[in-house]
Amino acid sequence: MAGDGALDIHIDAKAFAVPCGAPRPVLCDVGFTALPGEILALLGRSGSGKSTVLRIALGLDRDFTGHVRMPPGRTGVVFQEPRLLPWLTLTENLRLVLTDGMPVPDLADLLDTVGLPGVADRLPSELSLGMARRVSLARALAVDPDTLVLDEPFASLDRRLGAALAAMVGERARRRRAIVLLATHELEHALAISDRILVLSGHPATLAADVTVPDRSDPRALDGLRDTLLGRFAFLGADA
Amino acid sequence: MDDGRIDDSGIEGASVSTPAAVLARGRSTGGLGVVPIRALSVLSLLAAWWLGARWAASPQLPGPGRVVAFAWHELLDGALPVNIAITLARVIAAFAAAMLAGSVAGYLAGRSRRLYAVIDPWVVIALNLPVLVVVVLTYIWVGLNDVAAVLAVTIAKAPTVFVTIREGARALDPQLEELARVYRLSLARRLRHIEAPQLLPYLAAAARSGLAITWKIVLIVELLGRPNGVGFALNLYFQSFNVTGILAYGCVFAVIMLVAETVLLQPWERRANGWRRRA
Repeated sequence: MAGDGALDIHIDAKAFAVPCGAPRPVLCDVGFTALPGEILALLGRSGSGKSTVLRIALGLDRDFTGHVRMPPGRTGVVFQEPRLLPWLTLTENLRLVLTDGMPVPDLADLLDTVGLPGVADRLPSELSLGMARRVSLARALAVDPDTLVLDEPFASLDRRLGAALAAMVGERARRRRAIVLLATHELEHALAISDRILVLSGHPATLAADVTVPDRSDPRALDGLRDTLLGRFAFLGADA
Repeated sequence: MDDGRIDDSGIEGASVSTPAAVLARGRSTGGLGVVPIRALSVLSLLAAWWLGARWAASPQLPGPGRVVAFAWHELLDGALPVNIAITLARVIAAFAAAMLAGSVAGYLAGRSRRLYAVIDPWVVIALNLPVLVVVVLTYIWVGLNDVAAVLAVTIAKAPTVFVTIREGARALDPQLEELARVYRLSLARRLRHIEAPQLLPYLAAAARSGLAITWKIVLIVELLGRPNGVGFALNLYFQSFNVTGILAYGCVFAVIMLVAETVLLQPWERRANGWRRRA
């Protein structure tokens, strides 16, 4: 049994309702536990159910059988869509999630950290999708989260920027001992920052792999894991 | 990257909107550009009235000059300001009550299917009940007093506010609602920062149509059962076939409502939707 500060998920079954038809099963027997300070990458094809797992973890989808236990404390979230409030400036968007009693970080500095200096007073409509996603990431970091749930946070960004942001998130999470649940289709992002890689595969999707990422100072071990995963799951190479 | 910061050089399609582009989009058809057109439109209406009165040459269609002179006389006499003030007070009270009741019920019905199922039949009945029936019944049940007058207008107007706000509540973005849930935003924060801005266009539409309808219903209520107000004065002049008096009171009150909408409601709506113009 995981400790009090752990994230514990077990989805026995999850199906989506289909008009005039039997429910379509999407997830079956997907379970894992994440300890404080652990970064988990959830890999899978597009439509494999990664976002559904995250929604279940966040309590946004309760129509499943199984159980979820989120660790206590604050949660930062990056949805696939930036979900910024179009009537608020970027600073106001960040300030919105800082509830009473929460330490207020330097928001302009936080935007600077995700590569957006000097945009604090802009409205979301003045940004590209990639920039808006980074504001969404800054908002998730603004709450100094104990748990960080990230759904394809580096999509719409070029590879170099995506890798840099992934490294920044990983470094912050380790320093904070936060649990990170990262859904991505980029194997390289997963290898770059995660401690464990979970792969969803099949229809309905099951947890086809749950592997520990070796010490990153050993490139041969990392290459070995990359080759193993690409050998078992060809779709990971297709997306990369 | 040495301090963990990301430079801005690798963005796909970065800066799609320059400040200049945003400002250029902000210059739309609103603002001073339409003022001369509006003025010309009003002048053409007055000219048509004046020509019609000259052509008819009848006391049943007095010209604008005679109507203005009559209104001026009533103003100096004190009857016009008193009646206008009384009617305005009723309009404000009924408008506020209808907006409040309609908005709260509409919001709740838009958020809860069960509540909607409970309230909707009442609203459908209220929407289809003739205003005259509502006024007469309210006077009979509550008495010939100001409470009944305001209540009757509120009952007649609130259903249309309800329908507008219910549609707004139904159209609230569920993705932003999820955002509020995962970040555990307080109810006050949700209402103020997430829901109110989305409901504002609906509130503005309900307020603007509401004001126009409310004052017309107030006049009927006054005509039927109050001893003062513009509706009472209209009834008085109707009984003596004084068309000049009817037009004087009707026009003055319409102008006041037009000013209220132009000076209060439209700027409020523009301010509330300012972010859309910047976008």
